[in-house]
Amino acid sequence: MKTLSINGKSYQIDVPDSMPLLWAIRDIIGLTGTKFGCGVAQCGACSILINGVSVRSCSTQVSQAIGKEVTTIEGSSPNLEYLRKAWEEINVPQCGYCQSGQLISATALLDSSENPTDEDIDRMMNGNICRCGTYTRIRKAIHRAVELKNEKL
Amino acid sequence: MKRRDFVKIFGLASGGLILGCNVSSDKLMVNSLEDGISFVPNLFIQLQKDGKVTIVVTRSEMGQGIRTSMASAIADEMEADWNFVSVKQATGDVKFGDQNTDGSRSIRTLLHPMRKMGAMAKIILEKTAAKKWNVSQSECKAENHYVIHVKSNQKLFFGDLVDEARKIAIPNENELTLKQKKDFKYIGKNLKSIDIKDFTTGKAIYGLDARLPNMKFAAITRCPVTYGTVKNYDDSDAKSIFGVEKVVKLDPLKPSVGEQFFGMLGGVAVVASNTWSAFQGKNNLDIEWNFSENESYDSSSFNDTLVKRVEKQAKVVPPSKGNVEKAFKEGNQVVEATYSMPHLAHAPMEVPNAVAWFQDQKCEVWAPVQNPQSVRAEIARFFELELENVTVNVTLLGGAFGRKSKADFVIEAVVLSKEVKAPVQVVWSREDDIQNGFYHAQSAQYFKGSLDKNGDVTGWLYRAAFPSITSLFKPMSDYVAGFELGMGFNNLPYQIDNIQIENAKAESHVRIGWLRSVSNIISGFGVNSFVDELAVASGKDGIDFRLNLIGKDREIKKRFQHTFSSARLKNVLLKVKKLSNWGKELPNGHGMGVALHYSFYSYVASVVEVSVINNKVKVENIYSIIDCGLYVNKDNVINQMEGAAIFGMSIALYGKISMKNGAVEQSNFHDYQMTRIKDAPNIKIEIIDNDQEPTGVGEPGVPPIATAICNAIFNATGKRIRKLPLLEHGMV
Repeated sequence: MKTLSINGKSYQIDVPDSMPLLWAIRDIIGLTGTKFGCGVAQCGACSILINGVSVRSCSTQVSQAIGKEVTTIEGSSPNLEYLRKAWEEINVPQCGYCQSGQLISATALLDSSENPTDEDIDRMMNGNICRCGTYTRIRKAIHRAVELKNEKL
Repeated sequence: MKRRDFVKIFGLASGGLILGCNVSSDKLMVNSLEDGISFVPNLFIQLQKDGKVTIVVTRSEMGQGIRTSMASAIADEMEADWNFVSVKQATGDVKFGDQNTDGSRSIRTLLHPMRKMGAMAKIILEKTAAKKWNVSQSECKAENHYVIHVKSNQKLFFGDLVDEARKIAIPNENELTLKQKKDFKYIGKNLKSIDIKDFTTGKAIYGLDARLPNMKFAAITRCPVTYGTVKNYDDSDAKSIFGVEKVVKLDPLKPSVGEQFFGMLGGVAVVASNTWSAFQGKNNLDIEWNFSENESYDSSSFNDTLVKRVEKQAKVVPPSKGNVEKAFKEGNQVVEATYSMPHLAHAPMEVPNAVAWFQDQKCEVWAPVQNPQSVRAEIARFFELELENVTVNVTLLGGAFGRKSKADFVIEAVVLSKEVKAPVQVVWSREDDIQNGFYHAQSAQYFKGSLDKNGDVTGWLYRAAFPSITSLFKPMSDYVAGFELGMGFNNLPYQIDNIQIENAKAESHVRIGWLRSVSNIISGFGVNSFVDELAVASGKDGIDFRLNLIGKDREIKKRFQHTFSSARLKNVLLKVKKLSNWGKELPNGHGMGVALHYSFYSYVASVVEVSVINNKVKVENIYSIIDCGLYVNKDNVINQMEGAAIFGMSIALYGKISMKNGAVEQSNFHDYQMTRIKDAPNIKIEIIDNDQEPTGVGEPGVPPIATAICNAIFNATGKRIRKLPLLEHGMV
């Protein structure tokens, strides 16, 4: 048995060390907000935070998360909430499938950068594919999240 | 049918006022679903005592925003408060009328009946309130979930009218008045997606998120060569993997010739307790294949074959007119060009997948499908079940683009559920998706055109060759079908005296399937690129040249189709000229290109600005104008057009699927690349405001993009791109 801490909750699971976190989270624990897109860390749909760092859960083994705090799209953080609000205001998603990963990557960006430029956004978000093509809205929404945050401060 | 049966079938809560109408019949009768009604409705509204309005959405949601659009059109005419509105996704059932979600058709076919439904609900509520107050109905006015007695300013909440409303006789259709455009509250305005909160919190349920108790997960290895079969296999390594429970050989299921079904490819399936184990098991199978005759397919040499065929005389198709040869002989200038485009894969972010639970001669499915009725019929056909014993639940679709119209992945899940006697979720890996898909046809197009001494086009010869979608259903369909020619080949919007359209043979060696915009991707690229070459030869401004080529204002009416208006096409071109500041001075290395295309009855023109530095292209700006008649959700139309621009960029920059020895050479997003945020340009979209009939939105934005990019590259560098993608030219 292994213990994973996800969004502040503990889960006991019995899987091999080498199982990718993505499948432990989706199929064993049953949190389906984290998405499968490519399986080889090419698309970012499966992005999660481990101790605040954005990783691709399809290519990260369960063993790497033990004793650490995992945040998925079902979780919360101050920057994630500003981003959610901005995503809603700008009406970013189309099919919505990649947006869990987009929001997680954007959270990691805002956690490390107070006011990212378009270039910062492009650099951080380039690993997240959106086949529907919502990129210009994603850029706009990240800037808007910064505004919302500054309004609060 | 009894009211309670309706409620059950359509998954509605019991109680409340339920209205239905049938959009397939000529006359749009709206009825209350009380006991003993005899008609079969396929559009529904339910109003409950707490004021909650539920609208049954009959089309699949794949990012085009249909759940929001359908609900808002009804709510607007009903004067329902949007905060009370929710939607319920319909299962696949002929009772709902056509549910096929493709061809950019939902709003253009359903907007009018939806508005009537909403208006009928409103009039019933007004009549009910009038009866309660004992006043004339003309003194009552529904507004934002209340009926107001105008004289006394009394108000009654919609929910409080439900019981009485159920006793009101359904008014005649001629009592209905639809809103004037100026009175719309939601139609034509900006509404957020009705699913927005689910999207941002991970609660949205796609096919891949469907979960049943004791559900198994399955992955399948299919033959790399289309229609190849399993000769023998060794599953001993696979079976030793953690979580693997069973390995099952799947025989191909093929529909009979002419049946509009897809069957499945067959292969070897690994059933496991979780997806990862199923994938691991699959990767550890040792399979020997009987490759089919498609093993000889080499898409690169087939491209050469297609080019050779279009550069020779081929089959002439209507509506050829005049005498092109004479025009070429008498022309002041003659221009010729050949273009080619590769196969493409859909690659929706959510891979093909389905859950099936087959038990007691019944089957229930949860899947992201574009055409649930066809899936239901196909399951009944292949598994010899009564149609009513097959239920197809439609989840959200994580992108589809035509891939999820072809539900081979559902059939696979049903076979496996039947075999292992448990619910099974089949999950395609991304490699499966790229390598065992239905591919947009590769194509070659040859053009020859003549210009007179004024630089006007006098002759147009257009020869195209690409394998037909029809080949899926009828082998040996080596020429394109009428519906494919109708997508930009034989319905040119240009006024030219001498036109000849020809179609050359093209066999299919893979499963050919429709992809967002379908054959318009091919014609949009060929026609606009060649018009650009003619414009350059004429020495005229590109937009002036095209306006002149579209010719005088005229309307072309065809049965069962929307009327084509050349004036509307010219209008979008003029509008994009203004929006893009066409002709402005550009920095060194920059260029602008224009393209226009009429598809799914909508008019689109796009201008693209690129920079080309050290032979590397960067798309700087995209401007698109769409005239889609009356539109429902403005922001959603803009979002679709922005997405279409990015989709078109993927085609231009990276889009290529190639086959060698019959097998697809690409495997995942590293070698079948998509436009990423770094590539994303500034995009400006404008929508034409008019009162015309609603037309398509999801697809029409795609066709002009790739060609406008190439025209811009020519403008910047003098280099003409006649073969896509740009990746192959070392330009990205």
